[in-house]
Amino acid sequence: MDLIDDDAPGRNTPEFSVSELTGAVKRTLEGEFGRIRVRGEVGRVVRAKSGHLYYDVKDDRNVLACNTWKGQVAGLSVMPEEGLEVIVTGRLSTFGPQSKYNLNVDEITVAGEGALMAMLERRRKALAAEGLFDEGRKKRLPYLPDIIGVVTSPQGAVIRDILHRLRDRFPRKVLVWPVAVQGQNCAPEVARAIEGFNRLTPGGALPRPDLIIVARGGGSIEDLWGFNEEIVVRAAAMSAIPLISAVGHETDTTLIDFAADRRAPTPTAAAEMAVPVRVELKAWLDGQGARLTGALAMTLDRRGERLRDLARALPKPESILREAEQRLDARAEALPRALRGIVHLKGTALARISGGLRPQAIQARITSDRQTLQRLTARMAPAMERILTARRDRLTASARMNETLSYRATLERGYAVVRSGEAVLTTAEAAAQAGALEIEFRDGKLAIGGSGPKPKVPKPKPEQGSLF
Amino acid sequence: MTDKPVEEMSFEEAMAALEQVVTRLDRGDVPLEESIALYTRGTELKARCEKKLKDAEEKVAKLSLDASGQPTGTEPFDAG
Repeated sequence: MDLIDDDAPGRNTPEFSVSELTGAVKRTLEGEFGRIRVRGEVGRVVRAKSGHLYYDVKDDRNVLACNTWKGQVAGLSVMPEEGLEVIVTGRLSTFGPQSKYNLNVDEITVAGEGALMAMLERRRKALAAEGLFDEGRKKRLPYLPDIIGVVTSPQGAVIRDILHRLRDRFPRKVLVWPVAVQGQNCAPEVARAIEGFNRLTPGGALPRPDLIIVARGGGSIEDLWGFNEEIVVRAAAMSAIPLISAVGHETDTTLIDFAADRRAPTPTAAAEMAVPVRVELKAWLDGQGARLTGALAMTLDRRGERLRDLARALPKPESILREAEQRLDARAEALPRALRGIVHLKGTALARISGGLRPQAIQARITSDRQTLQRLTARMAPAMERILTARRDRLTASARMNETLSYRATLERGYAVVRSGEAVLTTAEAAAQAGALEIEFRDGKLAIGGSGPKPKVPKPKPEQGSLF
Repeated sequence: MTDKPVEEMSFEEAMAALEQVVTRLDRGDVPLEESIALYTRGTELKARCEKKLKDAEEKVAKLSLDASGQPTGTEPFDAG
């Protein structure tokens, strides 16, 4: 009972110091779990100044604190990135000062291609949205670069393949910038190499290449991951020197491929894009040379031939002259004859015209016309006289008729005209005052009283005269 | 034809210029004096191209980098 009833608290329970317990827990955890793999999504990632990496891996309920020491970071094929589904491998341990346990991770793999691809796609879209992959940014590769800068590992088949292919096609100067092509250092080194090549001076002690090839052999997506890193993509996009990417196999696509000016499916293909085939160029050049010479020869031949043809077609100078001379002779001969002919012709015409121009003809006409004139003149005076006489007679007769007929009818009807001298008296007063009166009756005049003028003897009745 | 002196032309420029010259000369409609001038230029261009083709020396060097990854010089490189 005593033993059972011994209820003195803690007496039989071992008593630890904090550090003893911490040590025990640490041993238990490390011993019990050993090296384990844990799957989860990466949470917050902190890279301390010391170079150590601290990050969380979580699922929907719990969080596991993880760390990777500075010395281990380079060995990671995938860098932890928030939101990335990963499988971390390492040893479980504790951190006594904070009463925490955590997993020391020395290896990270992406949990499933799908997750990784989704992340890659997100990143690609973000960079594309910035315009880093625009076609307009792509530079044309130089046709024949003098110096080719190759960013790759100095070991391995890749650089060897490139150099071999270059040698086969067109040996060139090659500057190799050695870089890590996987692991933690890959991205910063590749980015630095691209930027470094761009900073070199053309023709300097370290001459600036006029073409860059970034190359790496095939590998898992994790192996190639460095070429998906933003710093590498940006460096490739910003490179002023045209850049060919040749990372992984043909089926592997990394983000640097989008930023590069050309993407080669393999390192060998990159070398083929970089330079033309020298022997082909040589053959082409020889062909051009032959065409050049041939064309000139042809030009000369053709012109020579044409010249000879024209020369043949050219008539002999004597023959041209002969004809001209003959023509001259003929004309010279015809000239005096023509002159004589024309003089004669004109003479005839003159004679014909002047023939009608004889003075006798005009004279005769003048004489005849003058006679006509004289004759007409002679006839004119008597005719005129006749006309005048006739008119005068008619006038006299008419006047007389007028005189006599004017009041005669009145006298016939019993009236009388009373005159005193020449004046006709129409009033009694005038008749009383007149010395003598002459009364004209139908059958004659009667003088009354005084010493008036004797009554005139009535004029003989005018005979009916000829009008002419 | 460009005004660039042949001696300053890149291989590609010289190539293109040569091709032009040959094409024009081949057509045969160029006056004689000009065709001779063209031929002369063509031979110059060809010589320029030949020089560039002859200048096909392989020289591979690896950059040596300092601790910060900056190039300090070159060393011979043999990839085997």
